[in-house]
Amino acid sequence: MLTFISRRLLQSLFVMLAVSLIAFALFRFVGDPVAQMVGQETSIEDQERIRERLGLNDSIPTQFVRFIGKLASADFGYSYRTRQPVSEMILTRLPATLELGFVSLLISLLIGIPAGIYTAIKRGGALANTLLVTTLVGISIPTFVIGIFLIYLFGVKLGWLPTFGRGDTIALGWWKTSFLTLDGLKSMLLPALTLGVYQLTLTMRLVRAEMQDVLKTDYIKFATARGINYRSLYFNHAFRNTLIPVITIIGLQLGGIIAFSIVTESVFQWPGMGLLFLDSIRYVDIPVMSVYLVLIAMMFVIINLIVDMLYFFIDPRVRLASEAN
Amino acid sequence: MALLEIIGLTVKFPTRFGNFTATNNVSLEVQAGEIHGLVGESGAGKTTIGAAVMGLLQSPGYIGSGSINLAGENLLALDNNQYHRVRGNRISMIFQDPQTSLNPLLTVADQLIETIRQHSDVTADDARTQAIQLLEETGLSDAKQRIDDYPHQFSGGMRQRVVIALALCTQPELIIADEPTTALDVSVQKQILALIRTLAKDRGVGFILITHDIGVISEITDQVTVLRSGRVIESGDTRQVLMQPTDNYTRALMAAVPRLEQRLHRFNNIVTDDSIIDGDDHWQVDGASAKLASDWLLSGHQSSDTGTTASTTPVLAVKDLEVTFQSGQPGWFQSRSGVKALSNINFDMHAGEVLGIVGESGSGKSTLAKSIVGLVDPSAGELRFRGQPLPPGSKRHRKHPVRREIQMIFQDPYSSLNNRLTVEQIIAEPIRFYKLARNRAHIRQLVASVLELVEMPQRAMLKYPHQFSGGQRQRIAVARALVARPDFLICDEPTSALDVSIQAQILNLLKDLQEAFGLSILFISHNLAVIRQMTDRLLVLKNGKLVEISNTDRFFREPAAPYSQQLLRETPSLSHLNAR
Repeated sequence: MLTFISRRLLQSLFVMLAVSLIAFALFRFVGDPVAQMVGQETSIEDQERIRERLGLNDSIPTQFVRFIGKLASADFGYSYRTRQPVSEMILTRLPATLELGFVSLLISLLIGIPAGIYTAIKRGGALANTLLVTTLVGISIPTFVIGIFLIYLFGVKLGWLPTFGRGDTIALGWWKTSFLTLDGLKSMLLPALTLGVYQLTLTMRLVRAEMQDVLKTDYIKFATARGINYRSLYFNHAFRNTLIPVITIIGLQLGGIIAFSIVTESVFQWPGMGLLFLDSIRYVDIPVMSVYLVLIAMMFVIINLIVDMLYFFIDPRVRLASEAN
Repeated sequence: MALLEIIGLTVKFPTRFGNFTATNNVSLEVQAGEIHGLVGESGAGKTTIGAAVMGLLQSPGYIGSGSINLAGENLLALDNNQYHRVRGNRISMIFQDPQTSLNPLLTVADQLIETIRQHSDVTADDARTQAIQLLEETGLSDAKQRIDDYPHQFSGGMRQRVVIALALCTQPELIIADEPTTALDVSVQKQILALIRTLAKDRGVGFILITHDIGVISEITDQVTVLRSGRVIESGDTRQVLMQPTDNYTRALMAAVPRLEQRLHRFNNIVTDDSIIDGDDHWQVDGASAKLASDWLLSGHQSSDTGTTASTTPVLAVKDLEVTFQSGQPGWFQSRSGVKALSNINFDMHAGEVLGIVGESGSGKSTLAKSIVGLVDPSAGELRFRGQPLPPGSKRHRKHPVRREIQMIFQDPYSSLNNRLTVEQIIAEPIRFYKLARNRAHIRQLVASVLELVEMPQRAMLKYPHQFSGGQRQRIAVARALVARPDFLICDEPTSALDVSIQAQILNLLKDLQEAFGLSILFISHNLAVIRQMTDRLLVLKNGKLVEISNTDRFFREPAAPYSQQLLRETPSLSHLNAR
């Protein structure tokens, strides 16, 4: 296990280095950083002084090493647009996005997995078919349309739920959470649902397909022939065997949800990283963009590492093979 | 009262073309402590009977009529929940392949304890004690240490013992064993059969043993029912049915079983009812006939056999052959490790000889064939074909003459023919590739003729492989190999996927072709009886090493190596029926 993790960490390091290189290239070569920092009336000499002070006259490799060093010590520099430290901006936005991603994942798993198992067992049943058709509609409609529809229904027509922002939040240190207030939870519901619908459909269909395959295997037939009760048969014997592919896909999707919640965040004016990213694109705020890039890459790397570690706990064949090595 | 009584069981499967009757008015009885064999070829309805008794018929199959009584209780009157309580508790099942019948994610202990507690009110600790006892009873000596292992940590035979322990753990009255030893090597098969015998005797469990293997039936069953196309052909005391069959079909079936004790020149009296062969087969290609094919093949032979040394140099000489498979990726700090699939193999094969290769799974039989035909590269050693060095597969030029001269027939005719091509395209391919015919009309004529030579109607060339049965597909595969005008055929388990009567037909065909064209054949099989029928000499392989080379007749009279003796002893044979 330890050798496995350390090997994966080493691989992750290479991935992060490669992404940093792209982020650095973005930072250094998309336009002249100095020209974007200063006003028109700054003299050439002043610009030259800033250039010298920022180390932009050093060789490219030296600059890259310095860039990596700063990233590693969480010194992300300053935003062009707001003149705030980038780390501060990200830290205020990160909790909103993570909480949103977490809740939408929860919704998709809590509904998607049972629905997937149900539709696999009751093949061709009326409810199973209804579920399949409705989720198909859900997956076919673009996210922003769903979001707008939900706002119209629950926000405007029924007036039950707020339609934008995070609502009231409570600060736990630097982490502002909306889990602890009713208003925060209510505000969370619509965006989380919007973000989760696609994931839900995918989870359900994946679980269903995998379950159908597993239910055809000899060991399930044998367990049925031994009279194992149906609940254990479906959940303990069959469902567990579908987990490996299901977790792989869900893990990849989760990264996607967090990284690309941009559309949902903008529909609901959710003050998360997606919205921040959108603003930085609009104002060509390169430091924010490059840090965002690195952070998202790190998120994917971490999620994949967790997925790989989950294989360990689920599948004894993986676990024992690595112990034997 | 009989333990299990099946009366007039008819199982139907609705299809688009009306109802398909899987079993028709089947009746049989099983007593407690008795092993009742169900034997028959594929499509006979053996497995359907087992599934019907378990109440686990594959949907949309249903029981049309009849009744199934377990110790006097009519099972068909139960609803699904009541039936589910009978499963495991009173009737249990053993499946064919121990590799797939255990849940890979649960330990053996998990699976046993859950099953025991499902059917009786015991604590987890008591269930564990029971489970360990059971595993010991089924022959797992270190059960206490191994019970918390996962299925993949056991060997095939050990897994089947675990499966049997699982089937037994609720003390059922009846166990249905569906081909319980088909996936196992003979030595393990012997042990598992002995275990089933003991359990029937000591515990009074009734067994239904479903198998296609007459040897297994003769070895352990008390009663046997012969089935064909869902009907009972003959039923009764095993010895009686097998030795003095009253029905023609049983007689034909018995005649088709290859015997260990004697070599038959041909199998006689075999069942022929391949429905596709019957019927309108008057469609013909102009001038095509089996005679044409055979003349054409013979003329090809003479031209390639003109060398005067041909009779003295061995057609194939294998010297110090070694094949190593690299296992996985090399680690960062360790060098590549490998598994030796074959080492130190030496033998010569003479022109016109049929050489058998026998061995258990993993012994390297197929690897040997593949390294000759060029699908696997040897890591050391030398191959010579008719005196010329035979380059390893990756360095063998596409136009190398040996590519035509050595042809191969594979085990599974369902995957060895391309389903997207017509039979004509499949058989014409070697002719076109090796440029053996003058023009299109000639190709067509040859394809039709060679089909007739392998006893298929010429019409077959217009169809696709899926329209044929396994035996017919294997004939097509033989035709495809023949049409390249090879001198040397490699047959890798050519009949293992086929029923006995079909096997007998294919073996007859291969014998005829071998005689007619003087082919050298390397014949691989795990089935000693088939090897006896087919080969002049044989090699015994074990774990990639050569154990014995012997003349076939001598081998069966007096095997030299201890391993060969063991192999022979453990192979089920019908001879003890005479002796008893």
